[in-house]
Amino acid sequence: MLEITNLHATVADKPILNGVSLSVPAGEVHAIMGPNGSGKSTLAYVLAGRPGYVVSEGGATFDGRDLLAMEPHERAAAGLFLGFQYPVEIPGVSMLQFVREALNTQRRARGESELSGAEFIKLAREQAGLLGMDAEMLKRPVNVGFSGGEKKRAEMVQMGIISPRFAVLDETDSGLDIDALKSVGAGINRIMRGPDKGVLLITHYQRLLDYVEPDKVHVLNAGRIVRSGGPELAKELEREGYVEAAA
Amino acid sequence: MTAPFPTHKQEEWRYADLDALRPVWQQFAEPLTLIVGPGETFEKIWLPGDDDVLVRRVQIALEAGAKARIFVVNTASEYGRTELDVSLAEGADFELFGANIGTGLSTNEIVTNVTHAGEGGRSRQVIRSVLNGKATGSYLGKVEVARGAQKTDAEQSVKAMLLDRGATANCKPELEIFADDVKCAHGASVGELDAMQLFYAESRGLDPASARALLLEGFVMGLWDSAKDGEAISEAARDALRKVVG
Repeated sequence: MLEITNLHATVADKPILNGVSLSVPAGEVHAIMGPNGSGKSTLAYVLAGRPGYVVSEGGATFDGRDLLAMEPHERAAAGLFLGFQYPVEIPGVSMLQFVREALNTQRRARGESELSGAEFIKLAREQAGLLGMDAEMLKRPVNVGFSGGEKKRAEMVQMGIISPRFAVLDETDSGLDIDALKSVGAGINRIMRGPDKGVLLITHYQRLLDYVEPDKVHVLNAGRIVRSGGPELAKELEREGYVEAAA
Repeated sequence: MTAPFPTHKQEEWRYADLDALRPVWQQFAEPLTLIVGPGETFEKIWLPGDDDVLVRRVQIALEAGAKARIFVVNTASEYGRTELDVSLAEGADFELFGANIGTGLSTNEIVTNVTHAGEGGRSRQVIRSVLNGKATGSYLGKVEVARGAQKTDAEQSVKAMLLDRGATANCKPELEIFADDVKCAHGASVGELDAMQLFYAESRGLDPASARALLLEGFVMGLWDSAKDGEAISEAARDALRKVVG
């Protein structure tokens, strides 16, 4: 589903990714772990197409299409979703309006019919409820005045509404208390577990992986994948630290 | 007797479209005056009209503990001016939320003179401009804090978005402070849309044009969040923005 081949990328002329190769087949959840500065967020941004993140070598395909040739909104319409490590605040635009426009633009791009206002509100309320978010928060400006944990939960609500085919989740677990972690973990399983879906879960810690069990775990260090293994690798990392495990 | 016709040499008329003003000057030469009594609250929403030239000149006296809150969209096709001369007695509170939305060759301006005459007054002015073509949008805001007006809290936040190279934003906050225990904050920026907000919106599926339109709407719409009945002004601002963003 997602194939990354020898991906090199620079940010402000500084090489960050130095040859990442990775394959996530449909139906699987892969975790990427690694120390600070190893290139995890850069990988997420490159996949989503953030301006300023320049691919210097290698490539990535999504369902066989050249992902890197697409604009960010085309990647979204193709089914890619990036859960931001630091969700962005947009004053003056309500969550409802934002996600509705996003979803309907995607649907138009795919030749699907748009959701009506009533259909959309029903869907949004349902998803907020499933993730334990007060539906009133949907009326508030996007992420404005939300706590760190609320922002992450709101990202998952957006993901639930959009129901993408593939999600890259960049440290969705940071800033969450244990209850929020459980409900976000359950949300990821509910929304993204399926034979035609996939997830790349970027995280520092093992704890989210207690709720979302990965099929594979990869260790990223200095812009390269230095080890790959099954879910037991995450536990080993937690026990021994990145330095030992990556050696 | 009519007040003398203004000139560009007068600071508060510096950026005005005097040619547009001349034919209607008679009507606006004398500002309206308004007194808000002690502890009373006054809230007003000024919607745009159909006239090519729309001038509002109002003097507001806020007595002790009085509150006034004004919301305005300035979007005249030729010349729009909202001019407020506000005085605050002890503990009075004044808020102005205004937008200049201009297209073509229009000039829209908000000109204020806020005088903190008594202790513990608070004023807050938030101005947002979105301009395209060769439009001009200005904010000239003077805040005076009188000698005895300690604990004054005055804030001016002015931001403008220029969508075309030919558009002009003028912003001139001015402070005159004669008390020593006051807080007077002002911030001004003329800029482009935030790159991270654009990327966030695009990563969720909005094409670049829709993302820009949505962010510009948000840039202005935040102004009406505290209005009791903000529907009409939101609608008016949205209409005006549609003409500007295209």
